[in-house]
Amino acid sequence: MAQATSRSDVPVVIDEVKCIDGCTLCVDMCPLDSLAINPDSGKAYMHVDECWYCGPCAARCPVDAVTVNIPYLLR
Amino acid sequence: MQIPEVSERRRIECDVLVVGGGTAGTMAALTAASNGASVLIMEKAHVRHSGALAMGMDGVNNAVVPGKATPEDYVADITVANDGIVNQRTIYQTATRGFEMVQRLESYGVKFEKDEHDEYAVRKVHRSGSYVLPMPEGKEVKKVLYRELRSRNVRSNVTMTNRLMPVRVLTVDGRAVGAVGFDTRTGEFVTVSAGAVILAAGAAGRLGLPASGYLYGTYENPTNAGDGYAMAYHAGAELSGIECFQINPLIKDYNGPACAYVANPFGGYTVNGEGNRFVDCDYWSGQMMAEVKRELESSRGPIYLKLSHLPDATISEIEGILHTTERPTRGTFHEGRGTNYRDRDIEMHISEIGLCSGHSASGVWVDEHARTTVPGLYAAGDMALVPHNYMIGAFVYGDIAGEDAAIFAKSASRPELPEDQIEAAHDLIYRPAANPDGPPQPQVEYKLRRFVNDYLQPPKTERYLSLGVEAFERMRTDIAQMGARTPHELMRCAEVSFIRDCAEMAARSSLERTESRWGLYHARDDIPAQDDASWFCHLNLSKDAGSGGMKFARRPVAPYIVPVPGFERPDGVPDELAPQGVELAEAWR
Ligand SMILES: Cc1cc2nc3c(=O)[nH]c(=O)nc-3n(C[C@H](O)[C@H](O)[C@H](O)COP(=O)(O)OP(=O)(O)OC[C@H]3O[C@@H](n4cnc5c(N)ncnc54)[C@H](O)[C@@H]3O)c2cc1C
Ligand code: SF4
Ligand code: SF4
Repeated sequence: MAQATSRSDVPVVIDEVKCIDGCTLCVDMCPLDSLAINPDSGKAYMHVDECWYCGPCAARCPVDAVTVNIPYLLR
Repeated sequence: MQIPEVSERRRIECDVLVVGGGTAGTMAALTAASNGASVLIMEKAHVRHSGALAMGMDGVNNAVVPGKATPEDYVADITVANDGIVNQRTIYQTATRGFEMVQRLESYGVKFEKDEHDEYAVRKVHRSGSYVLPMPEGKEVKKVLYRELRSRNVRSNVTMTNRLMPVRVLTVDGRAVGAVGFDTRTGEFVTVSAGAVILAAGAAGRLGLPASGYLYGTYENPTNAGDGYAMAYHAGAELSGIECFQINPLIKDYNGPACAYVANPFGGYTVNGEGNRFVDCDYWSGQMMAEVKRELESSRGPIYLKLSHLPDATISEIEGILHTTERPTRGTFHEGRGTNYRDRDIEMHISEIGLCSGHSASGVWVDEHARTTVPGLYAAGDMALVPHNYMIGAFVYGDIAGEDAAIFAKSASRPELPEDQIEAAHDLIYRPAANPDGPPQPQVEYKLRRFVNDYLQPPKTERYLSLGVEAFERMRTDIAQMGARTPHELMRCAEVSFIRDCAEMAARSSLERTESRWGLYHARDDIPAQDDASWFCHLNLSKDAGSGGMKFARRPVAPYIVPVPGFERPDGVPDELAPQGVELAEAWR
């Protein structure tokens, strides 16, 4: 089956400047496993739009690099 | 991705396997370990922040504190809220052991609100008794449990795994002997051999589709997709009250509690669009939900949680609770919409449907020892049928299951694991990876859950429910063709199969119970009357071993052990004495 890729506005945004190389805390804590480390930049990012806007990612980030926005459809 | 061979798998052994490291699961593990069992927690998320308590909880909804309420009050209240169809012995456990649990949690470091006399500051939300106990530092509760699980004396007995997701319980001669699953990050195939299995996988919270259309915008933590319900069903256990849906009054679109339990004691309450109160009791029940729905659909809608009349300082205090614990992004949501509690009341709506015994009364059938109908298989928390059991009930039943399972496991034999069941589970897990170009999970899931809304949302009718059954049967084909490219996607695909199982159970159970009951939870528009003569009983469903289809059985309501003032049992069965020897029971008299 041919597949299209479509853009999605993801709720969780990570400040790449603040995010510490080698840290994986937010990625470890997310109940939905929606965050990952980008192998190119070494920084965390939201790899799937699957979010309960619950907040452990932001609460546990040691440098306050994570912003949890409300998913676009609910905003 | 590479699909592992069936034989190429990690094999784990333990005495007690706990599926789900949430509220009930962590407590089950602690108790089983303290009874000498080697415990494995399989958690698909991360135990530190998983489940309903991912960000803590702002209060206990159902603590029976000596001097403030009696177990008898509580059991009677919950009996009435469920139209009498309860096994009181199960509720009695929560009533008599809840306080001990509060104290145990306190000893771990959880803080509960006390008044100026150092007494527990319980509040009244239920119809007659006061059981709501605020937790001022409730956001720490999961942290405290996690710390306890890693403490020196527990650590040696408990193995915690994260991102490990079982999909089926394994049985030999009708007894639970382990589970089969996979690592949702590496894709590794895993089997576990255990003396006893405790299912504590939470509610079936990803059943109905929220009105927003966002798959994960559910009231329940969306990791709880009904995994436990499906696993219990396929293991041959009975489930009960599946027609008694969970529907909650929530902040419109945000889909989190607002909530009257927090706001009530401060003077907040629910009103309609005309500013008038329309429910006489804010306790969440099917009756209340029927009243909420009626109001929403009338010219008096919408409905609001009214706070704007309160002084600024009080509102700040409420915000301090609502915007930091449980669902802390509430504040972000209101900010985005420009809603300030001081000048605008909070628009409320009703949630999508789900299955949950924590809030409603739909779950795996258990007795007062947390035993299911399958030997060696236990269930606790939201997925186990102890009505309106909430957080304290999840802890109490985790504790009960942990103890009983540890004892059971000691003398349980460890047979060879059944290869045919392992192969079937392997197919369930990896089939989407063999067909990576098949329809992706988000589309399949959206379609499935839209049918749930179309056909199952109350008011129910025979015609719509039957169309639902047809749609869910048809979805088997869609699910068989689903495609996945990563272990993460395999997790979501397996969840879709659980959601489908739960949807079919919900439709068939709702068809079977030919009456209306429990307010909105089982409102049959085509049969609006409650029929006590035929239906004052539990409706249990299980998998027919021969045909593989769903079969039903009616279970009589066990004799009450606590009198229920003002409620007459329609079947006239006389009460029995409350069980003696339950440790705490004596202390109450
Ligand atoms: C938003 C919200 C607010 C609430 N507010 C209150 C309140 O104020 N007071 C109160 O008393 N109660 C409240 N409750 C209810 C209470 O939190 C629940 O009844 C209780 O926490 C349920 O515990 P549980 O162990 O059954 O589920 P959970 O704590 O959700 O645990 C289930 C666990 O199972 C895991 N899991 C699921 N499927 C699998 C699988 N296949 N494999 C491995 N792991 C799996 C999940 O990741 C999770 O960790 C609230 C619930 C919610 C959702
Ligand atoms: S808000 Fe919750 S679900 Fe969303 S990314 Fe953060 S931890 Fe994950
Ligand atoms: S927790 Fe913060 S620092 Fe660590 S990976 Fe996530 S964003 Fe980066």
